[in-house]
Amino acid sequence: MTEMIKMNGIQAINAAMMQAMEADPKVLVLGEDVGDREGGGVTGTMKGLSTKFGTERVKSTPISEQAIMGAAIGAAMAGYKPVAEIMMMNFTTVCMDMIVNHAAKLRFMSGGQTSVPLTIRTLTGAGWQTAGQHSDFFEGWFAHTAGIKVVAGSNPADLKGLLLSCIDDPDPCIFIEGGMTLFAPGEVAADQGPIPLGKAKVVVPGTDVTIVSWSAQVLRCQMALQGLAEAGISAELIDLRTISPWDRECVLESVAKTGRAMIVHEAVRSFGPGAEIAATINEELFGQLKKPVKRLGAPECPVPFAKVLEDAYIVQPADIVAAAVEMMG
Amino acid sequence: MAELSNAAKPDGKALVDIYRRMLRVERNDDAIRATLRRGRLQMPYYSARGQEVIPAAISHLLNRDDQICTIYRGIQDMVAKDMPLKPLWAEIAGRVDGTCKGKGGPMHLTYPDMGIMVTTGIVGSSMPIANGLAWAAQLDGSKKVVVAYFGDGAANIGAFHEALNMAAAWKLPVLFVCANNGFAEHTRFEDGTAVDFISKRAAGYGMPGYTVDGNDADDMYAHASAAIDRARSGEGPTLLECKTFRFLGHVLGDDDFYMDKAVKAAAMEADPLPALRARLIAEGHATEEELAALQASLEAEIAEAQEFGLNSPPPSLDELRRDVFAEEMPA
Repeated sequence: MTEMIKMNGIQAINAAMMQAMEADPKVLVLGEDVGDREGGGVTGTMKGLSTKFGTERVKSTPISEQAIMGAAIGAAMAGYKPVAEIMMMNFTTVCMDMIVNHAAKLRFMSGGQTSVPLTIRTLTGAGWQTAGQHSDFFEGWFAHTAGIKVVAGSNPADLKGLLLSCIDDPDPCIFIEGGMTLFAPGEVAADQGPIPLGKAKVVVPGTDVTIVSWSAQVLRCQMALQGLAEAGISAELIDLRTISPWDRECVLESVAKTGRAMIVHEAVRSFGPGAEIAATINEELFGQLKKPVKRLGAPECPVPFAKVLEDAYIVQPADIVAAAVEMMG
Repeated sequence: MAELSNAAKPDGKALVDIYRRMLRVERNDDAIRATLRRGRLQMPYYSARGQEVIPAAISHLLNRDDQICTIYRGIQDMVAKDMPLKPLWAEIAGRVDGTCKGKGGPMHLTYPDMGIMVTTGIVGSSMPIANGLAWAAQLDGSKKVVVAYFGDGAANIGAFHEALNMAAAWKLPVLFVCANNGFAEHTRFEDGTAVDFISKRAAGYGMPGYTVDGNDADDMYAHASAAIDRARSGEGPTLLECKTFRFLGHVLGDDDFYMDKAVKAAAMEADPLPALRARLIAEGHATEEELAALQASLEAEIAEAQEFGLNSPPPSLDELRRDVFAEEMPA
C-alpha cells in the first residue's frame, strides 16, 4: 500500500521541484524572490530549494520578466531544464515576445535544430480582491499559440504529477497555478510520479450532463455537485488538466454518452477556451446533442476589486447548478 | 568615453583573415541582391553592406563553439562566422535542404553546429536569449562566450535594459555588440536617442562600454579581444557600440530618401572593404594575386551554394505538422 501524504498545492509543487531537482542536475529555477533569502517564492512553493541545491541552480532574479524568460529560453536551448517563475500570470504580458515569438516558435523556425524544454510556472485567479492586474486567466492566449503546452492542475496530486511532466517535456509548457488550488488540501502518494500531459481525468462519473473544467473552477464545480444531486442531475465532471493540447477523446466520449455539455472556466467567456471546446463538440457530435453546448465564464470586463463585483464575476457553484437545471429542462 | 588601457593589435595574418570574412559577407550579399533582382529569390532582405568589419573582426576572434544570437540583418554575422553557404542559400530560397528546412527563412536562420543559435526578427530580442546561453556556459564551466548582435534602434527597447542589467548582475560571458549605423529603420539616431553615445549607458549597468570605429579592423580587433577575454575569464559582459554606416537602407528597395546624400556619399567613399584590401597590399600582408585568388574562390563557393539552394526541392506539406513540438502533430 502506497503511503498517502496530506498536503496542499503549495507543498505538492514544492515536492515536485525537490524530486525533479534531485533527479536531474539540469533542472534550474529562476524568478523573482525564488531563493530562500527572498522567501522561496511569493507563495512559498520554492522554499528550501536554494538551500538544498545552491543559488547557482536556484536564482532569484531582478524584476525583469523579459530577461527572466530570455535567460530561461537560452539555458533551455543549451540543454538545461529551467523552471521559470513569472510571479503572476498578468506579468506574462511583459514577456509575451519571449514566450510567443521565441519559446514557442524556435523549434519550428529552426526546422527542429533547437528546442526549448522550458517550464513557466505562474500564479493567478480571482477571489483574492487583487483586481484587474493580478487575477486573470490567460490560458486562452497561450492555447492559441502553436508550440507551447498549457497545463493547470486542480488538486495537490495532479499539481505534482503535471509539474513533473512539464519539467521533463521537450517543449515549453506554461503551468498555471490557480490560487485556490494552492491552498486546497488533498492526499498525494509518497511516490507520486509524472502524470501525462494531454490527458483529462473524470473526477466524478455521471450520465446526464458533462461538465468540463480546469484549475480553480474544478473546485467550484465540485462544490456544485451536491446541488446538482439534489436537483436530480447526474453530472460527469471532467478535469481537463491540460488545456492545450486538450483531451478531445475523453471529452467527446463523455458527451456522446450524456448528450449535454457545459464548459466552466474562470477566464472571460467571449473568445475563451470554452468556445474551442464547444465548437469541437458541435463539429464531432452534431445530431447527438440533446441541448446546445453551454459555456460558463466571466463577463466581458476586467477582474473587479469590490467583493460583491468579484463574486459576481466568477462563475459560482450556484450558477453551475442553475445552468445544468436549465439544460435538463 | 572609456579607452582601452591595453589595445591588442591584429598581425598581418589576422588582418587577412578579417578581410577574407568581410569579402565572404560582401560577395554573398552581392549574390543575394543579384538573385533577388532576377526574381529567383522572394524574401524580405536587410542588407548589411558597409558594416562587414564588425562581424568579421569578432568572428576572427571567436571559437567555433562560441555562440551568437543575431537579428534580421544578421546574415553577415553568420557568413562571417563561416556558416556553410549551401544550407544558407537553400533556406533563404525556402527549400527543404535549408538549414531550417525552409521553415525559418532569412530572418530565422539557425546553425547550432557553428554556434548560430537564434536569429530573431524582433528588435532587441537577441539580447535576453544570449544571456540564457551564457548562463548555461557559466553553469557548465565551459569558457564559451556568447555574442548578442543588435542595432542602435534596439538600444532603445526594453529588452536591452533588462538584458544588460541581468548580464552584469550575473557576470555573464556576453558581448553586447551594437552596430550603430545611425538609423533606426528610417529615424536618425539623434532624433530617437538623447545620449550621444550608447556606450555611455554601460556605466549605468556596471559594465565596461566602448564606442568603437566599427569600420576599422584594428579598433574592432582591439575592443573585441578585450571583451572576449573579459567574458572568458568570468569577469562579465561588455557593451561595444560599433559606429558604422548602412549603405543600402533598412530593407532592400528602400530609396534612402531620409538620408543626407552628402553624408551617405562620404560613407560609401570610405567603404571599409576596398580600404582594407588596399592596406593589406600596401603593408605587404598579401599580394594582389593572392587577394584575387581569394575572391575567385569565395565567388565559386557562393555560386555553388546558390545553385544548390535554388535547385533544392520545396519542403513537403507534412512539415506544417513537424517541429511544432518534438512529437509530430496528428494529420
